[in-house]
This record gives sequence, C-alpha cells and structure tokens, in this order.
Amino acid sequence: MKLLYFAWVRERVGKPEEEIDPPANVRTVGDLMAWLSGRGEEYAYAFENAKVIRAAIDHTHVKPDMPIAGAREIAFFPPMTGG
Amino acid sequence: MIRLQREDFDIGAEIAALTRGRTDIGAVATFTGICRADNEGQRIAAMTLEYYAGMAEAEIARHVEEAQARWPLLGVTVIHRYGRLTPGDNVVLVVTASSHREAAFAAAEFLMDYLKTRAPFWKKEERAGGADWVEARQIDDAAAERWEKPRRRPEAAE
Repeated sequence: MKLLYFAWVRERVGKPEEEIDPPANVRTVGDLMAWLSGRGEEYAYAFENAKVIRAAIDHTHVKPDMPIAGAREIAFFPPMTGG
Repeated sequence: MIRLQREDFDIGAEIAALTRGRTDIGAVATFTGICRADNEGQRIAAMTLEYYAGMAEAEIARHVEEAQARWPLLGVTVIHRYGRLTPGDNVVLVVTASSHREAAFAAAEFLMDYLKTRAPFWKKEERAGGADWVEARQIDDAAAERWEKPRRRPEAAE
C-alpha cells in the first residue's frame, strides 16, 4: 500500500510518500503507526505523539481502530489548519 | 463548484457566475478568508499552504453535499488557494446562494467551520524566528462540532 505524509509528519519522516508492505499482524491504523515508529529514528520522531496524528484511508478520515485491510492509500498528517 | 488553485480569485466574478441568468436566487452570502500579518502577537512575513490533492477536493465535496442536504441552496462555490501567500492575500472563498438569506448565511458558516477542521490543508508561517506549522485551535473544533447537534431549521425569512 501507498503511504502519504503531510506537513510536519512529512518533514519528520523525511519523504512525502512511500510504498510499504507491513506484516500481517499490523491490522489497524494504530498498529501501522506503532509499526512505523519502529522503522527508524525519523519515524519514531514523527509518530512520538501518535494521539495528535490524524489518518485517512483512501481520502476519508479514519480513527486509529480502523482496519487497514484493502486500503490503497493511507495518509498521516497533523490536525488540519486550512480555511 | 470547488476549485483549489494557486492564483487569486475575483469575488465579484464568482458571484456573477452563480447568479447570471437566474431570477430564483434572492440571497448570496460570501465569506473570504485573508492572510493576516500577525498571529497571536507574532509578525508573519508569509505563509505556505500545503494540501492533500485528491482528498481535499473529496472532503470539500462531501461537505458541500451535506450543506445542500441541510439547506435549500441554489448554488455553492468553494475556492481554496495553496502555495505561498503574503499578508493581505485572499486564502479562501465560500459563496452560497439561496432564495432567502437564512440558508445562504448558515450554509456559508457551516462550510467554513468544516473547512477549518476537516479539509486537509496545513499552514506554515514564516516568522522572524523561522518558519513553523500553525497549530490547530480548539475554538475551531468547537465551531465545527456545534453543527453535529440536531438543529431546528428556522423558517426562511426574506
């Protein structure tokens, strides 16, 4: 699946997007954040306060307990500040 | 009509585009968001708006549909700019048209409240000490949440 990062999540991870293939025990958005945190210092920094990070699956806002099975595109970003 | 663009917009032209040739529209409300030169006491030289292409359009479209379901609207335009903007620049435009003012006012406010908290845009401000991401404000969340409660729709007025 494709991951996208925005704003300071993107800056901390150090890239705007990437393809990943997480193990089968990574079932939810929350699991995915925890798994990403273990991939290196930059990820640990980006996801150190996972509670504030918002997620979207295929362009729709989701909560951390949302299963990721079947997702094509998952995005992580800070609370939005448009308008 | 929803547009995300780097360029400025012309409010008069957008109103005209909604009302041209129509005699059923009795009210048009517009909201324009403008880049300020200060935020919480700090001078801002410029800000850069980043957005999630694809989702931003989809999220705004969902809220326009929601507004159309709640109020008898005869036209809606939402324009959100991205890229680097300086103080005084237009940032966002919402135009709502209806037979009567109540629906036009309410729908414009509803759309702005949701744009602030649900549309995937992020502002980075350039200040004297460097550049930093704007933090989301709880007051904006509260403004959006008030629409989630069931609301009595007041009778339309002239």
